[in-house]
Amino acid sequence: MDWLYVLMPISGVTIFWPGLVILGVGVGIIGGFFGMGGAWMVTPGLNILGFPMAFAIGTDIAHMAGKSLISTMRHGKFGNVDYKLGLIMLVGTVVGFEVGAQMVMWLERLGNVEMVVRLLYLALLALIAWMVFHDVAKKKKKDRDAVARGEEVDKLSTGISWHKTLHKIKLFPMIHFTASGITCTAWLPIFISFFTGWLAGILGIGGGLIRMPALLYLMGCPTHVAVGTDLFEVMISGLYGAFTYTMKGRTELVAAIIMLIGAAVGAQIGTVATKYIKGYGIRIAFGLAVIGCFFSIVLKLLAKEIPAYSTLLNNSSTTLVLGLVFAMSLYITLKMVAGAKAEVAAKKKR
Amino acid sequence: MKGIGTKISIFVLMMAALLPQAVFAAGEKADLVIIVADTRLLSGILKAWGTLYNESHLYFSLLTIVLIPVIGFLFGTIADIVMKGIGIDLEHRELSEH
Repeated sequence: MDWLYVLMPISGVTIFWPGLVILGVGVGIIGGFFGMGGAWMVTPGLNILGFPMAFAIGTDIAHMAGKSLISTMRHGKFGNVDYKLGLIMLVGTVVGFEVGAQMVMWLERLGNVEMVVRLLYLALLALIAWMVFHDVAKKKKKDRDAVARGEEVDKLSTGISWHKTLHKIKLFPMIHFTASGITCTAWLPIFISFFTGWLAGILGIGGGLIRMPALLYLMGCPTHVAVGTDLFEVMISGLYGAFTYTMKGRTELVAAIIMLIGAAVGAQIGTVATKYIKGYGIRIAFGLAVIGCFFSIVLKLLAKEIPAYSTLLNNSSTTLVLGLVFAMSLYITLKMVAGAKAEVAAKKKR
Repeated sequence: MKGIGTKISIFVLMMAALLPQAVFAAGEKADLVIIVADTRLLSGILKAWGTLYNESHLYFSLLTIVLIPVIGFLFGTIADIVMKGIGIDLEHRELSEH
């Protein structure tokens, strides 16, 4: 069975390559569907397959760039990518990220900030999960009220509508984003991207998990456009991350390419599934992913605090993440297959 | 595809203008810990890849970030062909709600 293992040229570890393909499929599906890189899902998976943590992060970022490119290509054809918005936000993200990263280094010189950063991350995830489910509950209430009044349900209505207040700011220059259908001051996406980039820099994460809700609730993008535009940003930041990690000798391109084989298929499934699932369905699934991420970090923190149970808690965290990847991938795939079957059947009838 | 190609080119130029210091900063940090690939057990393309890494981190990194999008594009196109073969419309999405 030696042919199932491949020796990695840089890290020198021997890896079970079908495991990489399977992991690639899973995170490709989730990434294409939610519009995020999903480092928090891939890194523990790569670590289990035998990569040292530093290589797991670098390899994940390298594969993330390729995977997001595949998803962006597909979302772009559906009209889900607002390139103008993505490019403007990219500037704010990059500057914000560097400011955040420098700030953490400055804080580290003052004392140990790791616990503070972890707790901040948890608070942020809790806030995002609350926003998503509060939004869903509000939207459902609006729909119920409309039905009770005998009116037709407005398909374009949203639960939380903070973006409407933000769009009222009329600061020069005003800008129109065609794909998103938004007109606002150019300072709004710049400020939002700077803020989300700054948070990502402080937390040391890619930022898709923060940017996606920011695009939904602060910019007011339709869900599908938020997913596509976020992936466009993940693709570019992933390439930059891949360069810096490779310069540090922490990227295993061979593993990233093997993962990309699976991710190419997974990303197509995840992206095409957005054709058949309504915007609020994506939001609910995203909220569940955020909750999964929250608990995996709680378990990791507990493992550090209670060394006697660290192995159990770390394993539980990894099992939770991989279980979540499996369950969500399965759900998205089933939805995609059902939708595709219906579409093909409808075409045949015509 | 021409549109996305132009946008990506514009972005790469923008990144080059915005981030040279960050890129060089990454290079300096790498100097602190040097990882050398052990190519003795490797053969063929893997050996060549390991050797390239040992000889020049910069060239190796540049090649990595060129190869990732190229391979992603290639695999994406193949997956596209398969999906189209199944009969799924990959150009239009009817749902328009938030």
